[in-house]
Amino acid sequence: MKLLRRRHGGAPVLAMVTWVYVLWSLLPILVAVRISLNDGRSRSSFQDMSFRWYWGDATSSLWHDDTMHTALFNTLRLAGLTMLIATPIGVAMAIGLQRWRGRASNAANGLMLVPIVTPEIVFGVALFLVFSQLYTGFPDGITRQLLGHVTFTISFVVVIIRSRLAAIGTQYEEAARDLGASRLQAIRLVLLPLLSPAIFASVMVVFATSVDDFVISSFLSTGTSTETVPIKIYAGSRAGSTPALNALATVMLVLTLTAVALAALVLKGIRRRGGEDPGAGGGLAGLSG
Amino acid sequence: MSASLATRGRNNSRGWSLFAIPGIGWLLAFFVMSVYAVMAVAFGDVDPFLKTAIPAWNPLEWDFTVMSSVLDDVFNGYLGKVFERTFLFVFAALAGCIFIGYPVAYFVARKAGKHKGLLLAALVLPFWISYLMRMLAWTNLLQPDGLVNQIIGWFGMPDNHNWLDGEWHTVVLGLIYGYIPFFILPLYSTLERIDGRLIEAGRDLGASSFQTFLRVTLPLSVPGLMAASVITILPMFGDYYTNSYLTSGSPKTEMVGNQVEYFLRNVGQPQKGASLVLILMAMLFVLMVYYMVTTIRQQRAAER
Repeated sequence: MKLLRRRHGGAPVLAMVTWVYVLWSLLPILVAVRISLNDGRSRSSFQDMSFRWYWGDATSSLWHDDTMHTALFNTLRLAGLTMLIATPIGVAMAIGLQRWRGRASNAANGLMLVPIVTPEIVFGVALFLVFSQLYTGFPDGITRQLLGHVTFTISFVVVIIRSRLAAIGTQYEEAARDLGASRLQAIRLVLLPLLSPAIFASVMVVFATSVDDFVISSFLSTGTSTETVPIKIYAGSRAGSTPALNALATVMLVLTLTAVALAALVLKGIRRRGGEDPGAGGGLAGLSG
Repeated sequence: MSASLATRGRNNSRGWSLFAIPGIGWLLAFFVMSVYAVMAVAFGDVDPFLKTAIPAWNPLEWDFTVMSSVLDDVFNGYLGKVFERTFLFVFAALAGCIFIGYPVAYFVARKAGKHKGLLLAALVLPFWISYLMRMLAWTNLLQPDGLVNQIIGWFGMPDNHNWLDGEWHTVVLGLIYGYIPFFILPLYSTLERIDGRLIEAGRDLGASSFQTFLRVTLPLSVPGLMAASVITILPMFGDYYTNSYLTSGSPKTEMVGNQVEYFLRNVGQPQKGASLVLILMAMLFVLMVYYMVTTIRQQRAAER
């Protein structure tokens, strides 16, 4: 206690609650990872370590079970394409909404915020119904899932970019205009580089949101060929499943964390080059208000 | 602040709207139309043989009989129980989030000292871990022979309880565990922005640190607390996977979302499912508007 008090400016109880919370929030994940390395079929206790559920098992390991790779591949493809489509639309929308004034702009801004506060089940059902009743021309499966994910993530990009735009101000662009750049040149040569950390942050948020999404993917899924990792994990709870499910989740976890770590490094590089602090947590803080 | 950019090209100040048009178009086509499709299905008809929806796209043809029967069920029947249970779960989980999350957010924002960076990373980390993996981890822990029961056993308590058999405790735990990161982060950013001089002033004027917390910090954090609560409650109301995942789909812990899914995907009753979605939206309307208005105010404040 004494040690905690000295270290934490006289708030030992708070310090303890916080550290216990951190352990509680992360230890279960480590347990799940450890279980993926079980040699037996148990999904609850630790057994000898092996890579049986990664590649050892000839039928149901990650490597040998086709439905597992399909899920992994679908998830990554969906997230990649969502990033490619949602980010440019969102960045442009953020710039437009911030500078275009008037009633129509306010209405559009309000519209942009609705998806953020819409519970996912409403989203899932709405997309499911519109595609099955109205937009029947769009091929089912991945195309519809992609359109759904983009619809769901555009607003996150807009909110992140807008908060960064507000911080940048207009003086840099004005300077560029004064020096003879056209509006588009000023955006391309001045604004976009200044925005790059925020764009990067939005790309990561879009990726994480898409990879994490269960409801929309599931409502628009048409069977095994369009299953994503979350759908697979969800389905695994009912059927008698094996630690291969943990292996799948672990691979996904490692991929995501690697991507985040790389992104953090790149961001650091951009920031060093740009010299200016783009508001470290800009991405998530922008989302969380 | 963008006034000068706008005035510069007064003749084409509306030109900026061009940038927003693809996004607006996309949201109109895929978001607004989707929500409209829910209404068209809810107030439409259903094929008597195929049980598929025959949506009524023309509002003049809307038929509200299914909606009123669903509403009746919500107020007097089985669905009422489901709504009641959903409310209980959501508010129990919210209480848990506040109880655990406030001290954590407060500590990391104001008291963590040199550990702040590390703790902040730990608070953000769950955002990058798939929600269902986090739930999967709990299904591992809560098996009858899992670690939770082992730990309970160390204290000499009965250690063979099946936590995954439709327990409401498990569902509330799952909801808290799942959503608390979304609660802590916005609260953290509000607490972090509180001007330290106000707190010092409180102390200088003779208040104890606890009094200062109660009369300065806590009131100043109320907007963050509200925003954090709303942004956690909204998705929780629509959640149907946490409970069914942690209870193997037990009807004892069914929430509104499960009924929606049931009507739409299991028994062809799309009108009922769509009506229920509309009722859920209407119920959450105030919260949604609250969050949007706060966000818009923040945008304005930032751009001033």
